[in-house]
Amino acid sequence: MEVVVLIVVIVMLLSAVAVMLFKDFLAALAAMTVVSLGLSFLFVVVRAPDVAMTEAAIGAGLSSLLFALALRRLGLWRSQ
Amino acid sequence: MRRFTAALFLIGLGVMIAAIYQHMDFSNTALNAGQAINSVAAQETGAANFVTSVVLAYRGIDTLLELTILFTAAMIGGMVLGKRRVDAPRDPDAGFILRTGADLLFPLLLVVGLYIILHGHLTPGGGFQGGVILASAFFLPLLARPGSSINQDVISIVEGLAGATFILIGLLAMSEGYEFLSPLFDKGELGALISAGSLPVLYLAVGIKVGSELAGLLAHLAEAEAVD
Repeated sequence: MEVVVLIVVIVMLLSAVAVMLFKDFLAALAAMTVVSLGLSFLFVVVRAPDVAMTEAAIGAGLSSLLFALALRRLGLWRSQ
Repeated sequence: MRRFTAALFLIGLGVMIAAIYQHMDFSNTALNAGQAINSVAAQETGAANFVTSVVLAYRGIDTLLELTILFTAAMIGGMVLGKRRVDAPRDPDAGFILRTGADLLFPLLLVVGLYIILHGHLTPGGGFQGGVILASAFFLPLLARPGSSINQDVISIVEGLAGATFILIGLLAMSEGYEFLSPLFDKGELGALISAGSLPVLYLAVGIKVGSELAGLLAHLAEAEAVD
């Protein structure tokens, strides 16, 4: 189990760095969603299913949707 | 200069977290509120999910304030976005896969959202999580067919009614002689669908309010004209 958690944490850290490095805004948004999904997995591991559901629904689902729509409004959402 | 400041901030944050980590004892919790609630929540509220009993019974007023914050955020989002220009071009209709997928997913998301809301007092989940799923269910058809729109008047009426129900249940508790938002009605059998008194009703109100609010905000954002 600890190995799985370690892998998830490393993936989260890598995608968090990727958010800053990606030039494409949509790709950065996808990387941000990966961080949220990893976090919701970690919440399940520490037996907080309520928080995990909230993180998956709001952090990964709704906020990425809001960011995508905001990028669309600003005209930054087309892939280069 | 900015990079230097950012690096300085990061180093400071790292040192702070390391210092906290050194002094924190993760095996013993400093507060014993959790154990106290675990031992009495089932008898006092009748909810099998103790998180729900904290969110709605012990800390109902916090939930009301949370709803207020969400309402303010959604309202300000709507104010900032304003109305779209009449001559703004519409996005083209989505492809076959997204349209069919939206039609297929809509009933499934509706069922999952309502299930999570109605079982909030039994299993993990509740009004906020289920409400977000409901909002995404109603937003999906808009993604597939950008020309269509949600009736914002209906959404505000539903949202207002749900919010009023939440406050009315709280006031009902006051008229019975209890404190504001304290649990009412028969607690029933622990773990049954109809149990925990007024908590499922409160969570249903929260779910419908969150769902309609976020669906309205997302529809408003999708309605705004895109810049190319």
